[in-house]
Amino acid sequence: MNVPEGLKYSEEHEWVKEEGDKLRIGITDFAQSELGDIVFVELPEAGDEIEADEPFGSVESVKTVSELYAPVNGKVVEVNEDLEDNPEYVNESPYEKAWMIVVEPSNKDELNELMSAAAYKEMTDDE
Amino acid sequence: MSELKETPLFGQHQRDGAKMVDFGGWHMPVSYAGIKEEHRAVREEAGLFDVSHMGEAIVEGKDAEALLQRVMTNDISKLAPEKAQYNLMCTETGGTVDDLLVYQLAENRYFLVLNAANTDKDVAWIQRHIQSDEDVEVNDVSSSYALIALQGPKAEAILNDLTSFDVREIKFFRFKENVDLAGVPALVSRTGYTGEDGFEIYCPAEEAEALWEALLSYGEPLGLQRAGLGARDTLRFEARLPLYGQEITANISPLEAGLGFAVKVKKETPFTGQKALAVEKEAGPARRLVGIEMLDRGIPRYGYDVYDSEGNHVGTVTSGTQSPTLEKNLGLALVDTSVAEKGTSLYVQVRKRRLEAVVTETPFYKRS
Repeated sequence: MNVPEGLKYSEEHEWVKEEGDKLRIGITDFAQSELGDIVFVELPEAGDEIEADEPFGSVESVKTVSELYAPVNGKVVEVNEDLEDNPEYVNESPYEKAWMIVVEPSNKDELNELMSAAAYKEMTDDE
Repeated sequence: MSELKETPLFGQHQRDGAKMVDFGGWHMPVSYAGIKEEHRAVREEAGLFDVSHMGEAIVEGKDAEALLQRVMTNDISKLAPEKAQYNLMCTETGGTVDDLLVYQLAENRYFLVLNAANTDKDVAWIQRHIQSDEDVEVNDVSSSYALIALQGPKAEAILNDLTSFDVREIKFFRFKENVDLAGVPALVSRTGYTGEDGFEIYCPAEEAEALWEALLSYGEPLGLQRAGLGARDTLRFEARLPLYGQEITANISPLEAGLGFAVKVKKETPFTGQKALAVEKEAGPARRLVGIEMLDRGIPRYGYDVYDSEGNHVGTVTSGTQSPTLEKNLGLALVDTSVAEKGTSLYVQVRKRRLEAVVTETPFYKRS
């Protein structure tokens, strides 16, 4: 399972990448592998507020719907429109092509509550 | 957590890296290479499914036919040895107890194939219908059998490689007992749950591994792939084959579900549910199972509410997915008969939004 160093991870299997004042968010390789073939991604719009631990969108595999939980509080400033027509990017490239949203966090200290790559790896090894 | 039951092929699935799920108390493979790939293989080549969780029962004794006639909606007298028949069992009010296949093995000897989660309930239900002066026994033999489904356009060619018997002789909804498949004695039935040609193969549980391996080694060069319950569900969905618990339940009659072809309300022997079903057939069912295609972006899923264009609640989705073959977002929905006509606009509540759909022709997929 691919868990890149340098990213932060949530218990709900999102990754968070710090880019200056902003955060780029997607779902992990572990999550996409558990879900199977992704056929649909539903995301918020730029300008929407997201609330930590609340759903901000969903991904659907052939079989099921899974909600996406916001790892932090903040405001969406960018959305990956490519996923509308290419949901399979989530399976093929979860950390690159399938980034989902870019957020301006309300409080960057919230990042400290997320896991390191090593901690996330340990958590998923137990599942 | 209670212990999950395992099929005789559990070791194979683990070895082959299947993704496993809890399905009605069974530890079952949901996919191997991915649902879409397995689905494609079954439509274009062939897929191999372990469906040994399915229940089997034998009904025998000189009153076996009479007993089954009183419990089953279809006409058991139309069966003959080596013939199979799709059947339903209903409650007095016409709700569905289960759907099943009935195979006639010999005069007054029948083999029933039941949904895994319903097996205990079904066997008890049939036993309860035995009258005190009748000579008949109903025995659950599920643990003695493995069930392997070989489905897809290449199924016949693959199976013929394993046996000196010519499986082309087995026509649709016919079967043959004691066919020697690579040394394993099996009941071979030309039936399935995918909308493709194919076979359902019943063999002694202890021989399942040998048969599974033989089928794979002969079949893989022809494109055969292992397939899990995920692909089984999308395949049956496209072919509009009902799933118990979704399209048919204790609260849904087979007439509402469009299964009237297996409900013989005029059968001479009275059967449980006959009166209610006859009345319903005469008046026309109040609800119908229809196909819907999403016009807005979204996927209908089991349990989602359905509304008409004026905002009235008119039904619910029973199954839905993105169809792997047609690449459309499709659903089956049980709706009021007033909105069941093809072309009717309906609205599906998908999380916070109501998305437009249209009633469409089913089955979504029909093999050419």
